[in-house]
Amino acid sequence: MPQEYRLILKNADLPGYTPDIDCYLRHGGYETLRKCLALPVRELPDGKKQTAQEQIRDEVLKSGLRGRGGAGFSAGLKWSFVDRKSGKPIYLICNADESEPGTFKDRQIIHKDPHQLVEGMIIACFANDVHLAYIYIRGEMPEGARLLNKALRAAREQGFLGKNILGTGFDLEIHVHRGAGAYICGEETGLIESLEGKRPYPRIKPPYFPAVLGLYLCPTIVNNVETLAAVRHIMAMGAMEYSKLGTPNNTGTRIVSLSGHVKRPGYFEIEVGKVTLGELIFHENFGGGLRDGRRLKAVIPGGSSAKIFKAGEKFKLKRKGPDGQMATVEVDLLDLPYDFDSLQQAGSMSGSGAIIVMDDSTDIVGALANISEFYAHESCGQCTPCREGALWMSKALHRMAHGRARRADPDYLLSIAQNIQGRTICAFGEAASWPVLSFVRKFREEFDARGAADESKAATATGRTPAAK
Amino acid sequence: MSLAVPPALEAEIDTLISHYPQRRSASLMILHALQDHFGWLSQEAIEWTAAKLGLQPINVLELVTFYPMFRQAPAGKFQFKVCRTLSCALGGGHALHGHLCQKLGLDPHKHGIQTTPDGKFSVEFVECLASCGRAPVLMVNEAFHEAVTPDQAEALLSQCR
Ligand SMILES: Cc1cc2nc3c(=O)[nH]c(=O)nc-3n(C[C@H](O)[C@H](O)[C@H](O)COP(=O)(O)O)c2cc1C
Ligand code: SF4
Ligand code: FES
Repeated sequence: MPQEYRLILKNADLPGYTPDIDCYLRHGGYETLRKCLALPVRELPDGKKQTAQEQIRDEVLKSGLRGRGGAGFSAGLKWSFVDRKSGKPIYLICNADESEPGTFKDRQIIHKDPHQLVEGMIIACFANDVHLAYIYIRGEMPEGARLLNKALRAAREQGFLGKNILGTGFDLEIHVHRGAGAYICGEETGLIESLEGKRPYPRIKPPYFPAVLGLYLCPTIVNNVETLAAVRHIMAMGAMEYSKLGTPNNTGTRIVSLSGHVKRPGYFEIEVGKVTLGELIFHENFGGGLRDGRRLKAVIPGGSSAKIFKAGEKFKLKRKGPDGQMATVEVDLLDLPYDFDSLQQAGSMSGSGAIIVMDDSTDIVGALANISEFYAHESCGQCTPCREGALWMSKALHRMAHGRARRADPDYLLSIAQNIQGRTICAFGEAASWPVLSFVRKFREEFDARGAADESKAATATGRTPAAK
Repeated sequence: MSLAVPPALEAEIDTLISHYPQRRSASLMILHALQDHFGWLSQEAIEWTAAKLGLQPINVLELVTFYPMFRQAPAGKFQFKVCRTLSCALGGGHALHGHLCQKLGLDPHKHGIQTTPDGKFSVEFVECLASCGRAPVLMVNEAFHEAVTPDQAEALLSQCR
């Protein structure tokens, strides 16, 4: 039976579990930090010596942990790119901007168990020689910011933060920095600009890879809340044990945010790839199915930027067969394992782990209009294709959703979207165009029908017959 | 006219500045602190912030005009921010917004923030508030409310005094 596997959220919803440090300490909190700080130098078989820091970085790499913020990039690899020779300070920033529509997982960690994020951050900072770190939390989470500040204060009082942490000589400060309502601050280089006190205009890569030229043009690590919380668990249980959770190349657990037309929306922590999309939507341990009498129409599998799936779609996935050979298998949408690689092979992504379910009552044109309005509002405006294109798409879709669709609209939308993706400074360009490309292509008949109906309605109203075609 | 920043607030702001190796980084945090205190960000507040950080006023103004949470005009004493984005829209966010507007005599189709003439309430749509599983979602000032029915919305209104 498909079930939740609670690692990060193990305690969060226990009766009586509170976000303060006493409760966390009673549940074994900060023991992992103590262990990490005290790791003795290890001698490798080849005679080389490995410091405590190197051992932690090695464990995180071996755990297979992939970033939970959106791109799913290996956390250990990201850390290995940090320029440790520049002589400049190294910074770490926890990305708590959580603004990808559909996503509400980091909120659970911050509100219910903030100390495990703090502990994970301290370990990550120690491992990477970071002495100053920030938590960038979105402005609309004032309560979360208060809880984090309280957690940091308590950690400082207990000697887990500040100067000479637990007598080891390691110094670290962490501060909370609040955003002010702009989605683009979630993009890591936009976030860095924002933290520098500027408009959050994403930087162009190359050369501005945060690992080399990040905050104040110093080497910087940006990791998502859930990623950093996972670091704490990897170090508590060991990379070997952690990587047994989930599936190969998609290790560990992941908190899925499920919303839209299901009976039991909510957050569910699963072993990555051990539960299918269909189980997440229909199984009683998860979404519990659609409202009575409704049928599935579409699923957005990884936050609103992800390409939409249409009910009944089938995909060809590459799988390792029992004989060890790679084989192509056909998989139904609902049988897709919820992991990074399967969703990518199916042409979309697991992104921020946010699933939005739509039943047959949904007006697909209206849904896309809603999404496009978000991107039109949130474009930072630096790149012409994104700034103009996102607005054009939103305007056209608004018109379509309000009874003034044209036959030419679907192609118009596709051509705008195609001219945005790949032509912008940051991945917001893709985020804005992928929904349009996928909605229009997969639900083409609905967009076409809307155009035809509105054009003939307009023609009747003006007494003219529609142009032939 | 210069801004009257109480000493306690200025001390708090100085602490915020000390959190960063470069003063400019404190801009957003200072603007939050000033907006929390004064209710909005006046030209004086912008100039005060710039002077405090050794910046030109334009460096601060460009933040105030970019970030949606900052206001250059007063808003209602009770600010209702209703989530507009997809999961909430699928779960009745627009009906909730419409209901609030209707109760307060505001126009649900008007763009942007609207405030009642007595200055008591404002209503606006905002983008996804990161609680999409409990749609529809709204915030009243800093308090967060989930799965808000029209009845609950009316109860919230009547609790605002
Ligand atoms: C437009 C845009 C918005 C993003 N928003 C977020 C966000 O809200 N939270 C987040 O953690 N990552 C977000 N990301 C991803 C970050 O850029 C970055 O990849 C991530 O924080 C890295 O952390 P991870 O490796 O731990 O996932 C966004 C990316 C883009 C392009
Ligand atoms: S792609 Fe859009 S959001 Fe990203 S930098 Fe360009 S204009 Fe800004
Ligand atoms: S869509 Fe409303 S909180 Fe996310």
